[in-house]
Amino acid sequence: MSDMKRLALMLKELEEQLTVCMKCGMCQSVCPLFEETGREADVARGKLALLDGLGREMFDDPAGVAERLNRCLLCGSCAANCPSGVRVLDIFIKARAILAGYMGLSPIKRAALRGMLAHPERFDRLVAWGSRFQKYFTRPVNDLVGTSCARFVSPLIGGRHFRPIAETPFHERTPALDTAAGASGLRVAFYVGCLLDKIFPEIAEDVVAVLNHHGVGIYMPEGQACCGIPALSSGDLKTFGALTRRNLERFDPGDFDYLVTACATCTSTIKEMWPLMAGRCGVDKVDGVDKADGVDGVDGGKISAIAAKAMDINQFLVSKLGVGAAPESSAGAAVVTYHDPCHLKKSLKVVAEPRIVIRANPECRLVEMPQSDWCCGLGGSFNLQYYQTSAAIGRRKRDNIRAVDPAVVATGCPACMLQISDALSRAGDRVAVRHPVQLYARTLRA
Amino acid sequence: MIEKKVIRELTAIVGAGNVFTDKADLVTYSYDAAVLAPVAPGVVARPVAPEMLGRIAALCNENGLPLTARGAGTNLSGGTIPEPDGVVVLTNGLNKILEINAADMYARVQPGVVTAKLAAAVAARGLFYPPDPGSQAVSTLGGNVAENAGGLRGLKYGVTRDYVMGLEFYDAPGNLVKTGSRTVKCVTGYNLTGLMVGSEGTLGVISEIILKLIPPPADRRAMIAVFNRMDDASRAVSAIIADRVVPATLEFMDNFTIRAVEAYSHAGLPEDAAALLLIEVDGHPAQVAEDAEKVEAICRKHGAAGIRVAADDAERDRVWEARRSALSALAKLRPTLVLEDATVPRSRIPDMVRELEAIAKKHDLSIGTFGHAGDGNLHPTILTDKRDAKEWRRVERAISDIFDAALSMGGTLSGEHGIGTAKSGFMERETGPGALVFSRRLKSAVDPKNILNPSKIIGRAEASLDFKSGDLKSGDFKSGDLKSGEPESGKPESGAAGAGV
Repeated sequence: MSDMKRLALMLKELEEQLTVCMKCGMCQSVCPLFEETGREADVARGKLALLDGLGREMFDDPAGVAERLNRCLLCGSCAANCPSGVRVLDIFIKARAILAGYMGLSPIKRAALRGMLAHPERFDRLVAWGSRFQKYFTRPVNDLVGTSCARFVSPLIGGRHFRPIAETPFHERTPALDTAAGASGLRVAFYVGCLLDKIFPEIAEDVVAVLNHHGVGIYMPEGQACCGIPALSSGDLKTFGALTRRNLERFDPGDFDYLVTACATCTSTIKEMWPLMAGRCGVDKVDGVDKADGVDGVDGGKISAIAAKAMDINQFLVSKLGVGAAPESSAGAAVVTYHDPCHLKKSLKVVAEPRIVIRANPECRLVEMPQSDWCCGLGGSFNLQYYQTSAAIGRRKRDNIRAVDPAVVATGCPACMLQISDALSRAGDRVAVRHPVQLYARTLRA
Repeated sequence: MIEKKVIRELTAIVGAGNVFTDKADLVTYSYDAAVLAPVAPGVVARPVAPEMLGRIAALCNENGLPLTARGAGTNLSGGTIPEPDGVVVLTNGLNKILEINAADMYARVQPGVVTAKLAAAVAARGLFYPPDPGSQAVSTLGGNVAENAGGLRGLKYGVTRDYVMGLEFYDAPGNLVKTGSRTVKCVTGYNLTGLMVGSEGTLGVISEIILKLIPPPADRRAMIAVFNRMDDASRAVSAIIADRVVPATLEFMDNFTIRAVEAYSHAGLPEDAAALLLIEVDGHPAQVAEDAEKVEAICRKHGAAGIRVAADDAERDRVWEARRSALSALAKLRPTLVLEDATVPRSRIPDMVRELEAIAKKHDLSIGTFGHAGDGNLHPTILTDKRDAKEWRRVERAISDIFDAALSMGGTLSGEHGIGTAKSGFMERETGPGALVFSRRLKSAVDPKNILNPSKIIGRAEASLDFKSGDLKSGDFKSGDLKSGEPESGKPESGAAGAGV
């Protein structure tokens, strides 16, 4: 069988979904990348046409298609607004796996994903080293936003203004928790996630404080692994499978009522991507890869049970604990604006709850920014590969934030917090970037 | 293959970052929203200054390369599908609103400005640009002008044609042509503006547009009327207009569409209703009140089972949300959606709706019909799967029958989607040979090398066509047997338009 035939066969499983696209082009109106570039290959309709063409052997350039497929934030704005309901993210995730399986991972991705991310202890050690040495290479640049930048010209950091690695990651401060349900009668598993653990441990501490305050029992096992989205979005099913299996060993859905996270991306990955990829990617069968390397070989029932229990922390606070907005904000309340993370609004349809959590603090006066649900432009590894474009999208977000002149911008995703911090700091703005839970936790301390 | 020399010259005109030659980029400019086979161009250029359009046209003309201008690519008749080895010229790099003049009530824009963005910018200045094609969130004004796009407000406010005051465009050899003016009155020279509107990129490449603006209505009121018999709804439409009420929008949904929308959005629509009319009147508050009363009385007189008048903006939004979701709801039922726009004089709507039901039955197809009942522009929407060759042949026959039905009632092939390649084979049925021959002569005079979006509207002319005698002999066109009126191509994916009202 020719290589192209083999690839076409692998792409066959996407055909039913690709046919649903009627090429109306409405995705152009919501795609943050297309808004910057105006290139059809950057918008969902173009990418779907490329996959369709490749699957029908209309042309032979899998590398060109893979490259264009990777130029995508995976924000899901297109899918959320698609008139014919094309499941764009599902298609793109599967297609990335198929193409990566067909062509192999790039050496850099292989090193980062299989050499580091797949081994949580190694990942922790490397980050700890980074934390110790970062002060020699970087310097603080905006105390209010909390960002640093490179001391010297650095190809790795470039012009970025970034949130530094925490001196002590959360897993060292609080290695594990296992407390019984209190007044609320509920017990949750707390899935921390890499960014909370390594960059924003203070948010994780606030999550624990808030749960304790409400009498919620916490189950937090040691040695949690990454949710797997960096591997999955690179098409690396092997690493994704290893991480999922490791997390499944640690979380037994019978042990808790809900699994909460304070990271929009982790929640949507666990809730939507784990079940999507559970034992049904199909690449391994054609590729000759050992089945155990995919997410096959894990208990699909366990995945669905955990996915069903996974919940964003804001949603949990409002819908399960009855946290409500304060009757009115106090006289000197700070203006707080809210950015909708794509993984909360477009994937999980969580829109009202984070706003209620912010308004639960009477010292916060919520003022909506224009286009609050326009993607911030981070897109995980998209930012590493296409920083200029990512920064341009971030700049748009920054302008919308500044339009309401807030003291604080809040958002329910630590990844968005990184990007927004960079955009604000580079523009020299003095706006604090917070998670809604941090604002709520303040009311409990007061 | 396009010569390297041409690519180099294109690059010199628009800059290296704005020329695309990779196969994987070309494939993404091979289609539009019509259900037609894709054709990849040889190169794509994205000019960022208007004068680049003229230089590109000249370059194409010198080298005999077909040039297809492309805005958002939402065309429903194949008008933006390029020629093999042709040049696609993207206009979305020319996206500046040049001027909004409130005193003289016009806007000057570049062709790549998105329709909804202009409408919003104009509204922010307290003015109104009415044309609202279904794709307005992405469609470009250049595309709207080239297709003479319509929309929901056609009945009262007209279509794109009614708002184009003047144009600048480049002809095939690359000369700048200015036509029309910023003044309300202008009789200087031929009405080239009128000729360019709806010419689908076959006569020139638009570089600047002057659009008429009007004051927005002070008040508006929306309502939904429920009918248990299709004929009653159709007669109510005719009666409203006969009673000298001109609603801003007067939309219609048949039972098939109502059920699809309800299943999709659970908006609380009556699933057993035979038809819904969605009506909005606007204008001075006193007139709005009077018109709304009249419309309600007429609907009741013609057997409306119920009428719901929107009490506030939120309810109004729900009314239009139901209409807007019609296409989405239908699109989710089958893989392929073929959206037609054959249009009849509005008094013939009852006959046309009956005829569409008969055609669906005859060809054993699912056809949902909704659309702009007020202007006779219905959207019979055929739900199918283009991969099923047998069913697809029935779809093609049904489309042909729909055209015949519309024409027999004094209607037209296309109310707002254009002819493109999808309907060029049917043109003669409506216009007779004279209009085609005249159009072809016109085209060959201003574009002798036939480089500007060739084959669109007037089909593919053979060099041997005898323009002098004016005889139109069958066999003169590659599109073949015009007498039998079949569409240009027998390929499984030909003939019909796709999505996006």
